[in-house]
Amino acid sequence: MSAELRERIRDAAARGARLQLRGGGSKDFYGCAPCGEVLDTRSHAGIVDYEPTELVVTARCGTPLDELEGALAAEGQMLAFEPPHFGAHATLGGCVAAGLSGPRRAAAGALRDFVLGTRLIDGRARELAFGGRVMKNVAGYDVSRLLAGSLGTLGLILEVSLKVLPRPAAERTLRLELPQDKALESLNRWAGTPLPVSASAWRDGELCVRLSGAERAVQAAAQKLGGEALAAEDAAHFWSGMREQTDAWFAGEAPLWRLSVPSAAAPLALPGAPLIEWGGALRWLRAGAHASAVRDAAARAGGHATLFRGGDKTEGVFAPLAPALARLHRELKAAFDPAGVFNPGRLYPEF
Amino acid sequence: MGEALPVAARERQRAVAQALRAFLPERAVLWQEEDTRPYECDGLTAYRKVPMVVALPETEAQVQQVLRACHALQVPVVPRGAGTGLSGGALPPGDGVLLSLAKFMRIVRLDPVARIAVVQPGVRNLAISDAAAPFGLYYAPDPSSQIACSIGGNVAENSGGVHCLKYGLTVHNVLRVRGFAADGEPLDFGSEALDAPGFDLLALIVGSEGMLAVATEITVKLLPKPPAARVVMASFDDLHKAGDAVAAVIAAGIIPAGLEMMDRPATRAVEEFVGAGYDLEAAAILLCEADGLPEEVEDEIAKVKEVLTRAGATRLTESRDEAERLRFWSGRKAAFPAMGRISPDYYCMDGTIPRKRLGEVLGFIGEMEKKYGLRCPNVFHAGDGNLHPLILFDANDAGELKRTEAFAAEVLEKCIAVGGTITGEHGVGVEKINEMCVQFGSAELELFHAVKRAYDPTGMLNPGKAVPTLARCAEFSRGHVHGGELRHAQLPRF
Repeated sequence: MSAELRERIRDAAARGARLQLRGGGSKDFYGCAPCGEVLDTRSHAGIVDYEPTELVVTARCGTPLDELEGALAAEGQMLAFEPPHFGAHATLGGCVAAGLSGPRRAAAGALRDFVLGTRLIDGRARELAFGGRVMKNVAGYDVSRLLAGSLGTLGLILEVSLKVLPRPAAERTLRLELPQDKALESLNRWAGTPLPVSASAWRDGELCVRLSGAERAVQAAAQKLGGEALAAEDAAHFWSGMREQTDAWFAGEAPLWRLSVPSAAAPLALPGAPLIEWGGALRWLRAGAHASAVRDAAARAGGHATLFRGGDKTEGVFAPLAPALARLHRELKAAFDPAGVFNPGRLYPEF
Repeated sequence: MGEALPVAARERQRAVAQALRAFLPERAVLWQEEDTRPYECDGLTAYRKVPMVVALPETEAQVQQVLRACHALQVPVVPRGAGTGLSGGALPPGDGVLLSLAKFMRIVRLDPVARIAVVQPGVRNLAISDAAAPFGLYYAPDPSSQIACSIGGNVAENSGGVHCLKYGLTVHNVLRVRGFAADGEPLDFGSEALDAPGFDLLALIVGSEGMLAVATEITVKLLPKPPAARVVMASFDDLHKAGDAVAAVIAAGIIPAGLEMMDRPATRAVEEFVGAGYDLEAAAILLCEADGLPEEVEDEIAKVKEVLTRAGATRLTESRDEAERLRFWSGRKAAFPAMGRISPDYYCMDGTIPRKRLGEVLGFIGEMEKKYGLRCPNVFHAGDGNLHPLILFDANDAGELKRTEAFAAEVLEKCIAVGGTITGEHGVGVEKINEMCVQFGSAELELFHAVKRAYDPTGMLNPGKAVPTLARCAEFSRGHVHGGELRHAQLPRF
């Protein structure tokens, strides 16, 4: 099955053509505009190996994310980083290439934290295997994690092994009325105590906190935090709205900025009311503000800003890199994809 | 004392020492053998080489100057932390500079609100948790050597410990690494935010065995200390049953804070050493720890006991207080030194396997004990499949050392054969460089070399470690055919 994909890549490299790696197309909006001939990865699909007691699942890139998460749910397990699908047709390959994580990220870790191994086709059309299907593996450089979030610029991710976790026994979502500064202060204080907070979201003076774990631990923590408990289906709807950005806050055409900052950073001095996730470490902004003002504010806070959806991409989508890191990016790109076949310009215009 | 250096080497040594003396004080440049000899090996003492020069900078600017000077002279540089590594990653080059970061011992900043610590690479792993303790916080990865090993080395090796299944490895607990490339160019990977733009170079630098850059400042995550922790010790009369019990715990939806297994030869050795209260009649014991809120721990321990009983545990003991919990762990943490008491030398392996293959691999190790006539107690991070078989031998007996190496090589190749890896947490270094030829094909190795060149085009940083040359692999596999299939078959044979 992978032979056909390799042939397409070999051929493109020989012709000097560019390829746009694409699964379900659910993340076409993310990063710089896709260009090049479409190479559809969906034919390379299916779960290769899943043994719940090993806490590892291995699946091919074209596997629909729905199917994968369904198989895990049937065994009472999950992808703990709660990847956003952004549409019905999201695939595992696109999920790993985009590297995005959902509401549980601050508590459980990011997508890259769960990547154990990958198979990949590089720009020379070679099929390579890195990492493996075991939890601990330090043989060779950690190329698998490097591929997470590389937006397909280093190669075609053929297959991925991920660590999975059991679904929590109990979950409860609490709603509290708090202004932004108090919400940030509370979130950081709670994160320093052993409370089982698994997600948080603040918008419009309202903070929602999700607790996950053993029933009695969730109960005890809920008592400590106070606030109003959401009904289970309302809570599920709310967190899905955050994860998939279907919440009303995300509606509309204004550019959406993603600011990744230290969780304890003070409220950012930017126009517009933010939506805050990840215990304060992720701040969304619908901004008419200038790109440079948003990037400066994020950088001053010790983080970086991404033009996540919409807006004017000509000034770049991702924060510019320091010269030394930009050089490393170019060198690594050349190591994986010397002819520049894969997703040109999708991450940074230079490659 | 060793042999005198040839004239050319002596001149080179003088030139390099002189270049470093231009910006380092006299006490920070060692070149006389009596001063450099202590740096001849790290925790893997079977490999030794006296470095040509040892540099002991104290500031980041000095580290940069050392790298620039060595780059200009094209002298190999090997960074070293506490020297506790077990794969020879800090083995010095005989013709190069050993760059010790031992003087970088400062905790630069500890922010209890943001829950981070900014530390220098020479800070000991445990010292971070000690400094964070007054705030109810700690640094989660806890390699057994945590009282001695330094965070810089932990970053280089992506160190683990007994709590990785729940809390992750170094790579999951580091936010930022600042340092220098081989030519002295400043580099800054990650940030105090949860991610950084572009490729995840932070993930790539962790576990890169000092091959890509020299770290001079590291920002780690601190976690709230769980208010309660308890451990259950379970005995099994059969190794396979113990292995199945581990799977049963996971199947019950439990992620224990720690899940360790020791076989009888291992428990007997440590019991004599520390008196941890282990069941010496059991074929294997499991240590299963729950941590978190008191309610959570109580529920989880009850569930664990039920699962282990159903899995055929012959005896269950639960730690009644913190002192007893620490005593149960003391045996596991002292497993390596305990071997030193029952044998002149021991060789610690570090393969990882899918847990379900445990019985098969332990059976294989048993066969190897007979084949090579050497004893091999086993300790095992059962939760994450990381084996540490400990081959007992006498280094003064050249035959035994040779047999030990062959024994270890067979076990590591078995780990690969069952779908595992040759190193879970100790690194490749010089020790497992041949086995890298078995685990990876030449295309992967070529890519590793290309990654190395992206950071260090002239190959001056820790040369000859972690990734074998293709020529070495061709040489290695010449006498080494697997299942009739020759790896690197496309390479010219010599």
